[in-house]
Amino acid sequence: MADIVLSELVKEYPGGVRALDALDLTIEDGEFFALLGPSGCGKTTLLRSIAGLETVTSGRIEIGGKDVTALQPGARDLAMVFQDYALFPHMTVRDNIAYPLKIKKVAKAERHGTADTTAEGLSLGGLLDRRPGQLSGGQQQRAALARAVASRPRVLLLDEPLSNLDARLRLEARTFLKRLQRELAVTTVFVTHDQAEALAMSDRMAVMEAGRIRQVGTPSAVFHRPASTFVASFIGSTPTNLIDAVVDRDTLTVAGVSMPLPADVRGQVRGGEQLVFAVRPEYLSLHAEARPTGLPGTVAVVENMGVSSLVSLDVAGSIVQVTVPEGAEPEPGAAGWAVPDPARVLLYRRSDGQLVGSPVQPGAPDPAGSAGSAGSADPAAGGTAVSAGR
Amino acid sequence: MTPAQWLRRLGFYLVIVLIAAFLALPVLWLVFAPFDRTPTLATSLPAWTLHNFATLADNPYALRSLGNSVLLAVGTMVLVTVLGALAAYALSRVRIPGRDGLLYALLLLSSIVTGTAAMVPIFLLIYQLNLIDSQLGVVLVLSGGLLPAAIFIMKDFMDTTPRSYEESARVFGAGPLQILRDVVVPVVRPGIATCAVWTVVNVWGNFLTPFILLRSPEKSPAAVVLYTFYTEGGQPNLGLISAFSLLYSVPVVAMYLFVNRRYGFRFHGGIKR
Repeated sequence: MADIVLSELVKEYPGGVRALDALDLTIEDGEFFALLGPSGCGKTTLLRSIAGLETVTSGRIEIGGKDVTALQPGARDLAMVFQDYALFPHMTVRDNIAYPLKIKKVAKAERHGTADTTAEGLSLGGLLDRRPGQLSGGQQQRAALARAVASRPRVLLLDEPLSNLDARLRLEARTFLKRLQRELAVTTVFVTHDQAEALAMSDRMAVMEAGRIRQVGTPSAVFHRPASTFVASFIGSTPTNLIDAVVDRDTLTVAGVSMPLPADVRGQVRGGEQLVFAVRPEYLSLHAEARPTGLPGTVAVVENMGVSSLVSLDVAGSIVQVTVPEGAEPEPGAAGWAVPDPARVLLYRRSDGQLVGSPVQPGAPDPAGSAGSAGSADPAAGGTAVSAGR
Repeated sequence: MTPAQWLRRLGFYLVIVLIAAFLALPVLWLVFAPFDRTPTLATSLPAWTLHNFATLADNPYALRSLGNSVLLAVGTMVLVTVLGALAAYALSRVRIPGRDGLLYALLLLSSIVTGTAAMVPIFLLIYQLNLIDSQLGVVLVLSGGLLPAAIFIMKDFMDTTPRSYEESARVFGAGPLQILRDVVVPVVRPGIATCAVWTVVNVWGNFLTPFILLRSPEKSPAAVVLYTFYTEGGQPNLGLISAFSLLYSVPVVAMYLFVNRRYGFRFHGGIKR
């Protein structure tokens, strides 16, 4: 088992495209770590650099305290599961799982024994003599995982492990992967563009954009206190409402409505400063009659989401989305007031999109989150790396 | 259906039958003429006899030439598939400037190597190499002519193989030759089989190169020996020619059937992409 330390990692493609831009990150031993970001943000390049499939332009990669920057992928003692699983179509499932051991020159009987036990553990018992083409998507994924873990690597890398599965199977595989990772306690890094996957599975996650890490932290820290408007708009199944606001001494003017300035940001903002007022649809409540801190608007669209509905409210020309419980849906065209939960409101500076105050939740420190900030890659460091780059 | 439509359909079928007959007649001749004591150029049902085959067996060069053909075909096939697969893999995976230009140039020029135009320089080249009247010389010249197209075909197959297969093997620690042997070659096997069959058929039917480079009749392949079957009067000996032609075509047909069954041109199922 091993931790992964990346320092000052730069990957520049011919033509000057910077896929990784002076990136620092520490992934703890045994951690289930998610790299999250929109497509083209460099997350897959980062994973492939750790694997050694990409040569980095500069910087240093350490696995378990050993510098592996110049080593071939095969010498790094890690395993990778590819997005398309890359199971060899001409080999049986048993031969596929045993292949890494064959490369390591393990005797045939022994490697087949290991393959059988590993496959048994991943409930592939009856499928060992089949070809990958005869397996379902979920079975192929488990076969690829079995092949990856059969050689007991120190680090497991997963590239979009769930994206080739259909929606129902994806939920099952999520639980399964998390359990498997816990049992093996192997340092695992996975890449995803789906924020729900990252939140559900990881111990800690890094949100990436344009070759840089925008925030590192536990899922709950990233969810509750996104470090920037980018992270805020990226995380969450419903997009965060980002509304322009202006500071006016002890109050905040949001879309023409005056609200008290949250206590924890007082003293950090100047009067007249331009801010972005951020609140998740889940933390807004909709009222049919006027409230002093309610944002007034007209109901434009109501989307049914099962146990709740997402109401789009037209507030002075911009859309504010509110989640309402089932049975309380307003009629389109009706007037409504969206009242934010003051404890859940976040403020960002409009100039650089950074959170006002510390990204670590004040008053309610998350144990894993503070453990993370003790390392070199605490959320604040992720935030400062961004401002230093600008 | 109106009478006009009937007539149109009838005319259509008549044309089809004529075309089919035109194509079938030579094949029928090849099947019937060898068993006829006095075959002519007309296709007719013979009075069945094996006389022509008996005469063929007495000819000192006939059966031996089939063996020579096999030797040349297999030798060229091995050389072309092994070298072609290595080159195609490299060209498919490595980005070098002018790669496609190089391939197209080779492909265009390759038809000259085995063609008539370059025969004099090739003869001189082989003469300088002391390879005149040696089967190795024929194999080398034919390989040179067939390699570019083989590389082109195999590169196409290798291009369609997902890189993740190789990367996966690389992460497990496999070296380049190990990856080629364990992953790439098995996956592109249909492509390699295609190339092998194509090479064999090409060598099997090639007349000019062995005719010019081989001097002694006991080294000549079937295509060259077939050319020597004349009667004492200088007329083509149709009995011998037809019997030998039948023997000459059987291996090629048999190989097609075998390869198609054994390797098939099917594709391995991975996942949808």
